[in-house]
Amino acid sequence: MTGPLSRDASRRGPQRWVAAVLGRHPVGAVLVAPYAAFLALVFAYPFGFAVWISFHDYFFTAPGVPVDRPFVGLANYTAVLSDPAVRQAFGNIIVFLLINVPLTTVLALLLATALNGAIRGRTFLRVAYYVPYVTASVAVVGVWLFLFNSGGLVNKLLGPLAPDPSWLVSEHLAMPTVAIYVAWKQLGFFILLYLAALQNVPNELYESAAVDGANRWQRFRSVTVPAVRPATTLVVIVATITGANMFTEPYLLTGGGGPNGASASPVLLMYQRGIEQGQPDVAAAIGVLLVIGVVTVSLINRRILERP
Amino acid sequence: MTRVVPDIAPRPVRRRGTQAAAGRASGRGWTVLRPVLLAAGAVAFLFPFYYMLIGSLQAEPDTSPAGALPSTNLTLGNYRDINERVDLLQSLVNSGIFTGGVILGTVVFGVLAGYALARLRFRGRGTLFALVLLVQVVPFQLLLIPLYVLIVRSYGLADSYLGMILPFAINTTAVFVFRQFFLQLPDDLFAAARTDGAGEVRILWSIALPLVRPALLTAVLLTFIGPWNEFLWPFLITKQADMQPLAVSLANYMTNVAARTANPYGAILAGACVLAAPAVALFVAFQKHFTSTNIGSGVKG
Repeated sequence: MTGPLSRDASRRGPQRWVAAVLGRHPVGAVLVAPYAAFLALVFAYPFGFAVWISFHDYFFTAPGVPVDRPFVGLANYTAVLSDPAVRQAFGNIIVFLLINVPLTTVLALLLATALNGAIRGRTFLRVAYYVPYVTASVAVVGVWLFLFNSGGLVNKLLGPLAPDPSWLVSEHLAMPTVAIYVAWKQLGFFILLYLAALQNVPNELYESAAVDGANRWQRFRSVTVPAVRPATTLVVIVATITGANMFTEPYLLTGGGGPNGASASPVLLMYQRGIEQGQPDVAAAIGVLLVIGVVTVSLINRRILERP
Repeated sequence: MTRVVPDIAPRPVRRRGTQAAAGRASGRGWTVLRPVLLAAGAVAFLFPFYYMLIGSLQAEPDTSPAGALPSTNLTLGNYRDINERVDLLQSLVNSGIFTGGVILGTVVFGVLAGYALARLRFRGRGTLFALVLLVQVVPFQLLLIPLYVLIVRSYGLADSYLGMILPFAINTTAVFVFRQFFLQLPDDLFAAARTDGAGEVRILWSIALPLVRPALLTAVLLTFIGPWNEFLWPFLITKQADMQPLAVSLANYMTNVAARTANPYGAILAGACVLAAPAVALFVAFQKHFTSTNIGSGVKG
């Protein structure tokens, strides 16, 4: 017994020292190195760079040309905040979120509840629901343009009730139509999240509620809704983040945020100001403001939703 | 809405009878409402796809309700038209290389990272995991301007596959999925392998990896959606038409060319069908790998 034990101890001496510095499995650091380098290069550094740009007078130059990029303090931010187009875009996003997030949450939970448990054609329905989510927005925008243009099928079906000006060219309807489009497009993913949450609700809760005489609706209100609350928090936060960062939809569906910027989003303006008009500093300031806004809204949402 | 149905049911006396009966009566409302709700959902989700296909086959756009029904005078002309304006094959190849590169990077480096984060104790593990969580919070759009400056201006990677792939090279959600699946494997398995003297890389390759093969497919599917459907980033960095993925060339056709052609919607919808088909086919074929349990475990990470 003593032989192998002492040999073991002597070998463990330097090993323990290595373990104290590098951890029990130093090889782990090697395995994560590519991913860590990727995160540093593509997220951490550009993140800091974005904030830096927003506080400097930054413009595009040919690579390697030494130019002076003076610190300008909050000048980019004041320029952004006094720009009516930017203010309008942030207002648009608030309208968008007020329509899109409640619609997404309610419909996703309702459809997930209906889809939960045994039902004929469940696989077909599940696939049908996530098909829009897995399809490129550029492709489905094509068919929505076809459906919702002034002479499109939707207006033909509505007949005299068709809005004039039509959905995507009306200042009042463009943003709500985009909000409904995004809800429709993303719903499948949120249904999947709710389905996962519903599977963890213990059946006994429903049974005891039924014994207490609660009907379907009461059981839904008093058992399902509280039980999936963590999923609801996740759905609301993810829907807010994706919605606030949209670009493709206003760019293609309403022809660049039209009419008159009524459906412009902050990211669309980042593209227009930063890339098209060559003001990356202004675009970076919009980006920083957008992130601060989204994080604030997400924290408030979490507070409200997680309140007991 | 569920309440409405039992109210019109002509048996109010029975319903008031016992508590259990009340539950059953409203349950009947749900048994009617549930299939209606599910069917309405299926129609709402699938009809636009059906209409996309029909629209792509019409020689003249017919937006009347009758036009939504399949008729006899359908043609493949729109596909020929879009192919004349946009090189569909080249665009598909570009989309494929972009997507393939991201999947390769994610599977190779993401598995290594997921395994190490789940199973190994090493210095810096906590810091890295905190960074991974932070990445989930920082939206890609904030990084748009600095990444454009770095990749296009500093590294000169505009109009290149590498420039397209780089920001998406390792999908963080997939790393979460991998980590979650490695965490679920029993500890004894690893302890036994280590006692037998197997090195960590060997344990990963010949023990852990074969066990998480289903997770690998889920992660590949999840990763596929990102680059295949991505528009903003490749749109920013590709100006040469022969380098553009299909999402970008189709969008450019929609905004620049379509308005000047005879049947703009027909050609757009034909292009949309070509762009949508691979993703839809893949998810229909592998639907059992894309279920709530698989996704849920990844997101809950």
